[in-house]
Amino acid sequence: MKTPDRASEKRLDEIRREAGVTGRVDAKGIRANGAPLPEASGANGYYGLPLLKQPVWSWEIPAYFFVGGAAGAAAMIGVAAGLSGAEQRLVRDARWIAAIGANLSAPLLIADLGRPERFLNMLRVFKPRSPMSAGAWIFTAFGASAVGAVILPGRLRDLAACGSAAAGLGMATYTGVLLGATSIPVWARHAAVLPVHFGASATASAVSLLELRGHDDRALNILGIASALIETATGARIELMDDIESLPLRSGPTGALTRAGGVLSGPVPLLLRLLGSRSKKTRRLAAASSLVGSLITRLAWVAAGRASARSPAK
Amino acid sequence: MTVTGFFTDSTLCIGCKACEVACKEWNDVPDDGFSFSGLSYDNTLALGHSTWRHVKFVEHDAVIGRGGNAPELMTWEFSSDVCKHCENAGCLDACPTGSIVRTEFGSVYVQPDICNGCGYCVVSCPFGVIDRRPSDGRAFKCTFCYDRQRAGEEPACAKACPTQSILFGDLEELQRLADARIEKLHANGMTDATIYNPVDTSVGGTHAFFLVRGDVRAYNLPPRPEVPATLLPKAWTSAAVAAGALAIGSILAFALGARR
Repeated sequence: MKTPDRASEKRLDEIRREAGVTGRVDAKGIRANGAPLPEASGANGYYGLPLLKQPVWSWEIPAYFFVGGAAGAAAMIGVAAGLSGAEQRLVRDARWIAAIGANLSAPLLIADLGRPERFLNMLRVFKPRSPMSAGAWIFTAFGASAVGAVILPGRLRDLAACGSAAAGLGMATYTGVLLGATSIPVWARHAAVLPVHFGASATASAVSLLELRGHDDRALNILGIASALIETATGARIELMDDIESLPLRSGPTGALTRAGGVLSGPVPLLLRLLGSRSKKTRRLAAASSLVGSLITRLAWVAAGRASARSPAK
Repeated sequence: MTVTGFFTDSTLCIGCKACEVACKEWNDVPDDGFSFSGLSYDNTLALGHSTWRHVKFVEHDAVIGRGGNAPELMTWEFSSDVCKHCENAGCLDACPTGSIVRTEFGSVYVQPDICNGCGYCVVSCPFGVIDRRPSDGRAFKCTFCYDRQRAGEEPACAKACPTQSILFGDLEELQRLADARIEKLHANGMTDATIYNPVDTSVGGTHAFFLVRGDVRAYNLPPRPEVPATLLPKAWTSAAVAAGALAIGSILAFALGARR
């Protein structure tokens, strides 16, 4: 509330006189309601509008990162188990997880395309400079060999399993390159750690699926501890950074999602596995936590990418 | 074939948007919404899947001698933005189908009959130009009027520009013209005029370059754009390390596990 005084009333008289004499008022300080007007400047950028375009991917892509990663790591674990002469049932289940995962991945990838009927165009060319192209070929090799590892007869089946393990290593890690080598600030900032992060997440998911299938090989717990350790370190690193690029990983809804995924894949399973490694129930709990954590982590990274592209240009 | 380019001189732009209209009309680009932004006279706001030329209205506090109607009023600059047609193009590197190609004119072109709408180019453009059109599913951006150039015509925007703010021609010739223009402007006292062409970044220069005044960030132009391909070595190294760790780790884990 303002109180009218002599000065204010004199000023209003002046404005009336100026309007009456000149037909307009253009004295300094007269601006539109809501002034100051939005400005384009070095500090504001172009009215604070974002510079970049948001990723167009919907939930299918992070879901594929999760499913494809778990399938790829399972293929590798299956071969490692076979080499050490572990239980045959474990080897067979790992191969089935790989094959089923590959078959779930294809529809996810195709559904997200703007023109799904043209999905085969992915195999028109091979471009090493495009992580998406490299990934399409890795996925094709993986899909074929993972299915071969469950349907082919005799020695061919083992050969296919070895192929699926090799391609599976790519499946578990290339998605980190896919996000890292882009113009999206939060992804590009973490280009050097995303493949390790996603690889650990994929390993944890594969281990968890096998454990939830009822397998109790000690090796699975060891791998579970190792990946939970890497996930804990990744989460701690994000929390300790104070850069602008990683802000979507620490604040807002995407920050909460990242944190939830990080806690469920890092410290929670790590503690459960270390403290209760002798209890079957505790290990199952750790497996479930890792599995949910891995899915949330993938969703969080894609959501953070959208938030990162949305934020005003620096 | 000669390599062609755009030289867009914002000091000559009058903000008429003839380039936007000409582009839409020639290329049959659909509307991109009818909304009122409240940000200067710009209701288009950004380049996108259905905006291939975009006139920016860079409005800011009065700077004496920098245009505007009177010293006490806001100062205006206009600048017609367009796909930069990078020398090292992020979208072209990223495209997994080979839909995005380099044409005989040196421009970057999306072949609409091949694009399957994977969206990877969208996150690979350091300028936020290319985007996927939801109503169509494919990615779109300025074609540099590839069809018109093949017919020996200049792009629609350049032809429609009434002030020669948009110049089209041989790229090297345009660079010479731009150098002469900037020299002249500086001599006239317009010392804040600069050429925006990121030649000393990994983008390696652009085939569409600009003359703007003051801070380029006011025009939503990134001061140091980099192509994502520069991140490939460290990202793939990380992937190799992770893959190696998973392979050796799982074999070791089972070997250890079996010992008991």
